[in-house]
Amino acid sequence: MAASGNQEVTLLGVRLSPFVIRVGIALNIKEVQYEFLEEILSAKSELLLKSNPVYKKVPVLIHDGKPICESMIIVQYIDDVWTRSGTTLMPTDPYQKAMHRFWTVYLDDKFEPSLYNLTMSQTEAAKAEAEEQTMAVLQLLEEAFVKMSNKGKPFFGGDTIGYLDIAIGSYLGWMRATEEIIGLKLLDDARIPLLCAWAENFCNNEAVRNVSPEIMKIVEYAKFLRSKYTPPPAK
Amino acid sequence: MQHRSHINFPQTLIHSQVKMAEGDLKLLGTWPSPFVLRIKMVLQQKGLSYEYLEQDLKNKGELLLKHNPIYKKIPILIHGDRSICESLVILQYIDENWSDIGPPLLPADPYERAMARFWAAYIDEKFVGSFWGILKAATEEAKAEKIADSFGVLQQLEGVFKKCSAGTGKGFFGGDTIGFIDVTLGSQLSWIKAVEKISGVKLLDKTKIPLLMEWEKRFLAIDFVKNTLPNVEKVVEYGRLLQATTWKVTPAK
Repeated sequence: MAASGNQEVTLLGVRLSPFVIRVGIALNIKEVQYEFLEEILSAKSELLLKSNPVYKKVPVLIHDGKPICESMIIVQYIDDVWTRSGTTLMPTDPYQKAMHRFWTVYLDDKFEPSLYNLTMSQTEAAKAEAEEQTMAVLQLLEEAFVKMSNKGKPFFGGDTIGYLDIAIGSYLGWMRATEEIIGLKLLDDARIPLLCAWAENFCNNEAVRNVSPEIMKIVEYAKFLRSKYTPPPAK
Repeated sequence: MQHRSHINFPQTLIHSQVKMAEGDLKLLGTWPSPFVLRIKMVLQQKGLSYEYLEQDLKNKGELLLKHNPIYKKIPILIHGDRSICESLVILQYIDENWSDIGPPLLPADPYERAMARFWAAYIDEKFVGSFWGILKAATEEAKAEKIADSFGVLQQLEGVFKKCSAGTGKGFFGGDTIGFIDVTLGSQLSWIKAVEKISGVKLLDKTKIPLLMEWEKRFLAIDFVKNTLPNVEKVVEYGRLLQATTWKVTPAK
């Protein structure tokens, strides 16, 4: 089902959020014209509160007056609606689809908190623990890449960027910023060579470049968050 | 344990029987898990035969560890040499791999699909957080908070059902046949009733959620649902065991 160019597309978000970046990448790949409305999370707009009353979070995609929430649900929606050939984000094989979906669940479940903890870490102990957890996930993704990329193709999706590429790739800016702030190497050629090559291909893609914030902006914001961070009590 | 299923579409559709020996289909699970129950329901709705293997989570077997090394959890669907994990991922795999058999689990319309995925994720998040939260609550205060949350969730879903069925008069979130939201919510029913019995709170109240209660009646009338959902008393027993051992909560009674 192809959408006509007349239907309005609005993305509510904040430019630095990986979850918002995901939607931007998907829209760009599909060459969909959209309006971006920057939210201030401490003063959420009426439109956001009305469009996502359940979670009150970004991103929200509003298409033809109807809101869709949750980043990867939005990405799937975009893939289902805008079906120009050569831009499909999900593979056609049901098992390949399941792999994209499973790894995305795992990523948001395990990688996001580890990376966040690493970015916020202010003691050697906290840094070491978070680094180990983060690297463990990256190692698993390195192995998954071998299985999923069909031998020698640049992306998890094969020749072109797919669902899982978008899910992981959206974290690259924050990963680079964390490397800068904490002083370590996550995208280490020696340990995860395939992912490093993948990251370069991903970041060089125009659809991605267009919505990727400058690393220094993320660094600035992360430093601000760090200044206000209190670690959770020890269990 | 072999299951041969008899498809039983709700009253509005043609009654038919499909037997599918789809090579090697195995489902690893535990009897009380709603995440497993929903897989059983959908496999039966599609008329797919499968082998069910009950797992001991305190003593995880080789098959479980081999096919879900990342999470070491159930359910796991093994299809030939493929392993699929995470219940909502499994449901979509079944729906897509056998799209030519039985009714579709997800609607065709992209917006409706997005809504189905959104509400299914919501249900699972809230079930673990709010309903089980009632059983896990250490203080009366915490319990009251989780009870209020749970009422809120059911009220929200009442609204969703109203929207889904507005003007169509269809019996399920999925329309004429049970769909993604139906199995996600429906697979929680024995637990919701067990929580009611253990905590002494009536959650499934037809004065508060009349549409959902009508939906529940229709859902429970389906043969493969009836013979999949575990007995509530067994779940009550299990819930009390979890309170005593895993969650270490001493009930107020």
